[in-house]
Amino acid sequence: MILQHIADGILSGAIVALGAIGLSFTMKMLRFANFSHSELLTWGAYSALVFLAFFSSFGGFFDQTIGPFSFGADLLLAMLCACIATSIIALLLHRFVFERLSRMAGHMTMVFASFGVALTLRHLVVLIWGSDPIYYSRELQFAILLPGNVRVMPDQVFLLGLTVVVVIALHLFMSRSRTGIAMRGVAESPDLARASGVNVDRIITWVWAIGASGAAIGGVLYGMTVQLRPELGFSLILPLFAAAILGGTGSLYGAVLGGLIVGLSENLSVMVIPTTYKPAVPFLLILAILYFRPEGIFGERSR
Amino acid sequence: MTAPHVLEARDVIAGYAPDLPILHGVSVHVDAGEVVSIIGPNGSGKSTLVKAIAGLVRVSAGNVRLDGRDITGVAAHKLAAEGVGYVPQTGNVFATLTVRENLVIGGAPLAKAAALDRIEEICTIYPILEERMHDKAGSLSGGQRQILAVARALLTKPRLMLLDEPTASLSPMAAGELFDAVRTLAEGGAAVLMVEQNVKAALRMSDRGHVLAEGRNRIEGPAADLLADEGIGEIFLGFRRDAAWKEGAG
Repeated sequence: MILQHIADGILSGAIVALGAIGLSFTMKMLRFANFSHSELLTWGAYSALVFLAFFSSFGGFFDQTIGPFSFGADLLLAMLCACIATSIIALLLHRFVFERLSRMAGHMTMVFASFGVALTLRHLVVLIWGSDPIYYSRELQFAILLPGNVRVMPDQVFLLGLTVVVVIALHLFMSRSRTGIAMRGVAESPDLARASGVNVDRIITWVWAIGASGAAIGGVLYGMTVQLRPELGFSLILPLFAAAILGGTGSLYGAVLGGLIVGLSENLSVMVIPTTYKPAVPFLLILAILYFRPEGIFGERSR
Repeated sequence: MTAPHVLEARDVIAGYAPDLPILHGVSVHVDAGEVVSIIGPNGSGKSTLVKAIAGLVRVSAGNVRLDGRDITGVAAHKLAAEGVGYVPQTGNVFATLTVRENLVIGGAPLAKAAALDRIEEICTIYPILEERMHDKAGSLSGGQRQILAVARALLTKPRLMLLDEPTASLSPMAAGELFDAVRTLAEGGAAVLMVEQNVKAALRMSDRGHVLAEGRNRIEGPAADLLADEGIGEIFLGFRRDAAWKEGAG
């Protein structure tokens, strides 16, 4: 039983980690808590639906499911397009809302504005796609039985594999590429980065694009393994913040570890507390980490 | 016609808030191969002046010229590419990044291959950086951090180097070595504008000096003359006419 909870915790933690990466970086670099970030998961998931319909219309190769999975090449291409579409949404929000507010008002105003943006994005989803749950595929899947009587769906194995690939790709990007290194530099000290010749505005564009793409992938994977509903992002808002704060803002590894801890804590908690209280676990984690280590696991202690 | 100064800041009014200027019309110039020190009491606007020149603080009036070209309001990262090196007073390295990554960031305005070649060149000048290449900058000593900060600014071969209290929190020996490095930089043709709290040491190694007070130019002249002027210590810097100041002039 406990092994099944651990497996479920890792799987839900992977989605949280993908969403928390972008949130963690925007919190560190733009110095505000963006409550609309979780809605990018929703928009990623729903925009993939549009591209899925487009690619499915070609039929043939696009329409065929891959191996034991419930999806075909059409959903993978749709996920890629959803990353681009969600990045464009995030960059528009940055350009027309957050960047302007950062110049004209304080960070607290930006936080409140992010609440407004979140509500708008969520209700736009209801307006366009309705409030009923939607599925990418209604293909029946059979669970794979793993040692320890743990059952996972093939799509969940794909979810975990893709998350690992995304995290490794981001690790290589952040540690090997000049843009990635500059991104970490901007996260630590924007002014020093500017004076060193780094175009901070270009780096911030990268941060939004990477964060939104991670959110889109997380949203599509959630939709693939659970279902699409307008509250998808809203239901993940606390876990995302808990993961970002727990890992330490601005840290890729922190966001991933934070996501896994949140996912595991939520799923293991149901062994000792009623399931009704499961959503409170991330909140308790936020309180605990702020009390004992406010800078997070990988965060730098401010002097 | 005479060649323009490498740096000429004229009647600069600047500050962190639009209606609250720190600098009230400050002027300063630096020529190639020259070291100019900016001295003055705390709160006189020394660091703000350097930040305004580096493009990090908005200049609301007056202008800043680099080799005669108006660079007022130009973004800091563009100035770095134009040959303005800046070493801030505090937080002058990316502590969570390795020495190599700090240098890679310093080479941002250069093409990738050129930046890597330049990092190799810099490491021959400062071998300690080669030794500590893969260590976190936060683990370096104060002196090593300053060397890294100066090295990072040198990557683009700046024509103008701005140093904000480069010897702060350094041991006397490390401070001496850093001043030697600054002198060498100027001898190589760079113009150096330096803010220093260690007034006497700074003036001893400078060609000229400017005394700022309350965001305004008060006195300027050859560094040797400023050192010999006992009144400066008393009026602007809080020194008494004591033996220590006279000793500094010698």
